[in-house]
Amino acid sequence: MQLVCPAGSLPSLQAAVDHGADAVYVGFRDATNARAFPGLNFDEADLRSGIAYAHARGRKIYVALNTYPTPAQLGHWEAAVERAADLAVDALIIAELAVLDYAARHYPALPRHLSVQSSATTHAALRFYVEEFGISRAVLPRVLAMQQVERLAEKSPVPLETFAFGSLCIMVEGRCQLSSYVTGASPNRHGVCSPAKFVRWDETADGRSVRLNDVLIDRFANGEAAGYPTVCKGRYLVRGETFHALEEPTSLNTLDLLPRLAACGIAALKIEGRQRSPAYVGAVAAVWRRAIDRVQSDPAGFRVEPDWQAALARVAEGTQTTLGPYHRSWH
Amino acid sequence: MRLTLGPLQYFWPRRQVLDFYAAMAELPLDAIYLGETVCSKRRELRGGDWLALARELAATGREVVLSALTLIEAESELASLKRLVGNGEFAVEANDMSAVQLLRERGLPFVAGPGVNLYNQRALALLRRAGMTRWVPGVEQGREQLAEIRQAADAGMLPEIELIAWGRLPLAYSARCFTARAHDLAKDDCAFRCLDDPEGLTLATREGAPFLRINGIQVQSEAVCDLAPEIDQLRAAGVNLLRLYPQPQGMADTVAYFRAALAQPPTQRRGDCNGYWHGEAGMRSAGPPHQDPLRQRPGAPLAAR
Repeated sequence: MQLVCPAGSLPSLQAAVDHGADAVYVGFRDATNARAFPGLNFDEADLRSGIAYAHARGRKIYVALNTYPTPAQLGHWEAAVERAADLAVDALIIAELAVLDYAARHYPALPRHLSVQSSATTHAALRFYVEEFGISRAVLPRVLAMQQVERLAEKSPVPLETFAFGSLCIMVEGRCQLSSYVTGASPNRHGVCSPAKFVRWDETADGRSVRLNDVLIDRFANGEAAGYPTVCKGRYLVRGETFHALEEPTSLNTLDLLPRLAACGIAALKIEGRQRSPAYVGAVAAVWRRAIDRVQSDPAGFRVEPDWQAALARVAEGTQTTLGPYHRSWH
Repeated sequence: MRLTLGPLQYFWPRRQVLDFYAAMAELPLDAIYLGETVCSKRRELRGGDWLALARELAATGREVVLSALTLIEAESELASLKRLVGNGEFAVEANDMSAVQLLRERGLPFVAGPGVNLYNQRALALLRRAGMTRWVPGVEQGREQLAEIRQAADAGMLPEIELIAWGRLPLAYSARCFTARAHDLAKDDCAFRCLDDPEGLTLATREGAPFLRINGIQVQSEAVCDLAPEIDQLRAAGVNLLRLYPQPQGMADTVAYFRAALAQPPTQRRGDCNGYWHGEAGMRSAGPPHQDPLRQRPGAPLAAR
């Protein structure tokens, strides 16, 4: 089982490799990937260095081209496929049909992974992408319960990658328009969710409030931890009560499920967080490396070490971690 | 342009659903979409009931399309989808790639609903080859994108285009049920509380401004999209059909409003937002004012309206 770690910069990529990632996924510095944040991602020189660093140590680099180009943008996405292929990356992570088609036709030998942004949740959907584009792996959306993952793994026509740790998109990936409804900028078209230029913090006498394009997402009392204002993680008024009506700011953490994920043949575990620091990437990679090694050498005796959980809790978004959709009670 | 009635997004008691469609059968609608697109636990009408209703409506001379679920998670849901695809009588609206594949495997023509991500002419061409005859663009696709697609597409390649022109916009889906969460119930033991809210549960900001609607696992806009004043632009963009989403009240008025708009676009809007069409945030409103001055600014604090 492969450990796939995120990197938004060369230091993060090196931290991932140094701490045990089998593969690192990255994006170019533009809207061709779903973490198109200012100051993040790779120009060609950095990517070249990163690939050399990883390949010298027997690790792989995947490039995410997982947004949805409009007709005018198609040429730019195709150029990104070419650039990645020329740099000799090990796989492309793609969501959109035309980009998949282009990569399959022009670079058939370069492995294509189906991005989580494609929202393929069944063996029927996966069959479409295998037959049309010859994908060699698919990243599952964070919507399936563990038992559903196990059933899908039995029948899937392609090896599967699942999310193991990191911030949790609670909406079906690739099919959420909450950001674009409020700001006009969407993960699918622009590679961003709730971009910072629409965020406004206001200090008040009893704390502060945060707005996204003038819509109040939350208020925080003095001293209360305040997270980034994505629409899904705000507090709202529903049925007369104010609460996190959609989701609390928590992190997905599936360490407890690792034996089941390994037993059902999941090919790779993905860590979320290209927008996070090298320290985050290194800390999370180190824990998951130890956990995967343990479950592979001794599946029956596997147990989660308290210091693993403590190390993950220190870097998690919010203060809690959750099994998220893998656990039926979350639904 | 033709008028269509999109699938019912809410969960109503069986009697209400049947009465609603009996009333719809009397209205000047060209096509009607039937079926459950949000939650597989909603079974006031089962597969056979929807089929019977489809036959009744088809007998009135309307086109009838059966809409598929948007998020397929369980094997049982995939089995239901297979039965829907194999119904043998009516065209199906695919709302995810599972449905696209099952329809393609059977060589059946289909409508690609707003749950399928298609953003450019090549993706459309790929699905044309798979059997797509009609495309309902996702909510965020507007005038400029449609123009780009028409310009880039080969002659005769484009499917029919059906644009969402009226209703609360389907913005997001989740594995989680937000209605159950709001009632502090587990999804597996939800007591079908969606039945309590025929138009979803209002989610308001902490200053009391209605913002979104919770509808089971779906999140909708609070603001009602209304593209009637833009009808000339839609026509020029090559839109063939206008989709109106069912609401428990006022559908006859809405259909009449759009029928009139096809002849002469209104100078005041009845709904709230059209931002996506104009390439802006979906909640925004541009162009002609609302007929009710108190509803000019969706998303703004109530106190500011």
